[in-house]
Amino acid sequence: MAELPDRAEVVIVGAGPAGLSAAAELGARGIRGVVVLEREPVAGGVPRHCGHSPFGLREFRRPMFGPAYARALAARAVAAGARLFTRVTVTALLPGPRLQLSTPDGTGEIAARAVLLATGARESSRAERLIGGTRPAGVLTTGALQALVYGAGQRPFRRPVILGTELVSFSAVLTCRHGGIRPVAMVEPGSRITARAPAALLPRLLGIALLTGTDVEAVLGRDRVEAVALRGPGGARSLPADGLVVTGRFRPEASLVRASHLVHDRATGGPEIDECGRCSDPAFFAAGNGLRPVETAGWCWAEGRAVARAIAADLRGGGPARTAERIAVAGDAIRYVLPQRVGAGGETAFRHFQLRLGRPFRGTLTVTAGGRVVARRRVDSLPERRLLLPVPDRAGATVIAAEEAGP
Amino acid sequence: MGQGSVRGGMHDVAVIGAGVVGCAIARRFALEGARVVILEKAADILDGASKGNSAILHTGFDAPPGSLEAACIAEGYREYLAIRARLGLPLVETGALVIAWTEDEEAALPGLIARARANGVDDVAPLSRAEILALEPQLSPALRAGFRIPREHVIDPWSAPLAYLSQAIAHGAELRRGTALLGGDFDGAAWQLRTSQGPLRAGLVIAAAGLHGDLVDRQLVGGADFTIRPRKGQFVVFDKTAAGLVGHIILPVPTAVSKGVVLCRTAFGNLLVGPTAEDQQDREVAPLDRATLVALRRRGEEILPALAGHDVTAIYAGLRPATEHKDYRIRFDAARRYVSVGGIRSTGLSAALGIAGHVLRLVQGGGLAWTAPETIRWPRVPNISETAPRDWQLPGNGGIVCHCERVTRREIEAALDGPLAARSLAGLKRRTRVTMGRCQGFYCTAALAEITRGRLACPIAEVPDDG
Repeated sequence: MAELPDRAEVVIVGAGPAGLSAAAELGARGIRGVVVLEREPVAGGVPRHCGHSPFGLREFRRPMFGPAYARALAARAVAAGARLFTRVTVTALLPGPRLQLSTPDGTGEIAARAVLLATGARESSRAERLIGGTRPAGVLTTGALQALVYGAGQRPFRRPVILGTELVSFSAVLTCRHGGIRPVAMVEPGSRITARAPAALLPRLLGIALLTGTDVEAVLGRDRVEAVALRGPGGARSLPADGLVVTGRFRPEASLVRASHLVHDRATGGPEIDECGRCSDPAFFAAGNGLRPVETAGWCWAEGRAVARAIAADLRGGGPARTAERIAVAGDAIRYVLPQRVGAGGETAFRHFQLRLGRPFRGTLTVTAGGRVVARRRVDSLPERRLLLPVPDRAGATVIAAEEAGP
Repeated sequence: MGQGSVRGGMHDVAVIGAGVVGCAIARRFALEGARVVILEKAADILDGASKGNSAILHTGFDAPPGSLEAACIAEGYREYLAIRARLGLPLVETGALVIAWTEDEEAALPGLIARARANGVDDVAPLSRAEILALEPQLSPALRAGFRIPREHVIDPWSAPLAYLSQAIAHGAELRRGTALLGGDFDGAAWQLRTSQGPLRAGLVIAAAGLHGDLVDRQLVGGADFTIRPRKGQFVVFDKTAAGLVGHIILPVPTAVSKGVVLCRTAFGNLLVGPTAEDQQDREVAPLDRATLVALRRRGEEILPALAGHDVTAIYAGLRPATEHKDYRIRFDAARRYVSVGGIRSTGLSAALGIAGHVLRLVQGGGLAWTAPETIRWPRVPNISETAPRDWQLPGNGGIVCHCERVTRREIEAALDGPLAARSLAGLKRRTRVTMGRCQGFYCTAALAEITRGRLACPIAEVPDDG
């Protein structure tokens, strides 16, 4: 491995779709001295273990499997002049900006003019969901399952229950199928499948029981999972199974942010940013699923590219013109809004607010800037759907409001 | 080490059970020069009562004064402090605050302070509500009063027994895991023990069988003077982001049944809330209950409101070997060369070294003695706490495998090697903290499955025959 420099123009933390697309874009914009740090032994992020889904339509104009897509993203970043270092863990974010590191050779530090955080997201664990019962082997997230099945060619169980019906849950179904694993059932606490069609048709196609309105209460078994205790419309029951895949409920991998001087947003779980992707310390930027749970690889790729353009503009122009102002959110239906601040000036990376609702909502969403309504949208939506509203280009206090329609 | 070193195929001491108490006893007797064998029925050590506790090194301030428990805690506490640096064991000098939340609890405080002083813990200081909030500003202002016990500390609950056993092994002790006791007879000179791995002879049997203590007594000496009543304790562990919210161990006013729900930092930089106290029949399995976990989380947020914004990273339950008696049940049958160490309910981690000293003195009083080695070896256990530099900060670590807990490949490989090599994923977790962090294996399960392939009794995953 080439020597890790102690200085760079831009350091990108994380070599997933957002980080790698940003690296390629910075190169294309003539920024030299871009370093990408990845803690895993292989670059590519989550897609490198996704052996099924169509990736790359937007980025490479052809459907690709995850591992090939991950390799292509890395190759494009390197071709653009970025230096990619794997097995390098960033252990602390410091003003400057400076980053503390751990490598197989011990600790180190790297300084930069700008830092892009592209640390991605992870699924909620069984512990985070407070699922009771025993703690035998065979309880995994989709991420761990995919790494085992696609990455290592291993099989952790044969007849698991899959908890969740997000897009990633169906990814877990496909991963099982690839690994010769036959799920017993998909279980969804809500009354409807979370993911949109056509993924939702998959269980029926594969003959997997789909149990809505049902939650996993407990895991049973001493060394291995023997059954999963369910609570559903028909009451409590125990379903024999030798594993449990706990899918989805992604959360940004933001532990570095929480331990740093950067402002963290509890609602998104990621750092607070402005419309250019800048964090509260304007030398730090963020893009991709480290910002919020959770978008597709293609979305993160586009976001990485857009924020890279903002970084390039800042490096040439000297940074934000003004201090961005925090937007106000009215209405308890809104779970989060991203970006959280606007009005700093610079090359806009986020032309839309990304909203998610915390509950089913029917009514009107409005964006008000400086006392004037600049956007209004009628919405009838389930939670977990992404909603977009335009970021105003006029100055003044910005308010995003959710007003429920009458009965 | 090994059977070959045992003269005439005879061990001086057979310790039944490799929990924290058994490990400490094995160490004590090995340091006295006895030829020790430790029998553990599980695939790995610390698989029973010792696997889930609150990791506090207690002063014994609230133990019944004059009890054997109080004496063992005091002695164990002193010895831990005396030996820990040489064994590489951490000490997080947190101090503890006992907090009264109700009028009744407040009324109980003077009695508790008096009891602490009676137990020789004479540096306790009563505190007003304002004084407590000045010490711990994040605590809920609903608290009423309390007192501080400066010498209550937090330790690493797994490295400590591992270190005791490592030192025993360095002095010739032999560990036999996966070895269940089937029965035994004392022939007037020695014990002939039958195990699932064959017979062995020992001059003295010390049963430190924890949750199976009464069963082992009945098996070997035909009766027990206590009955184990397993008491479950569930815990919720919060992310490292929460550890900075509180410095002290936050203790409630204890009840007759339990020390109550504690909130404290861990040596690994997390924050735990627990345990519950629930009687159950099963001696092996301690199932978690979602409603209880939700209630624990809520209790944590009541004590420390800022916890509301923090993630839960782990949940676990332990079983305490409680009995119908309040005190420990430690009894030496000199005629039959048998020591029963029973009812070490929730203070075993703090008291283990003291219990070992007590057992040694009992046996010496019965006329047994060995020749202590001239030099004592002090093997150091790898540090996995946040109180000292970790392997990821050192060259040649092989790279971080478990990102959340920053566990390196070199640490994992070391834990899979040697006479105390981890034999189960749980054992590997206890030795290294791998997968114990916030992602609970999202990132590192596959890498771990590769590294541990063929090394664990119960593998993480199998390689399918069909490829």
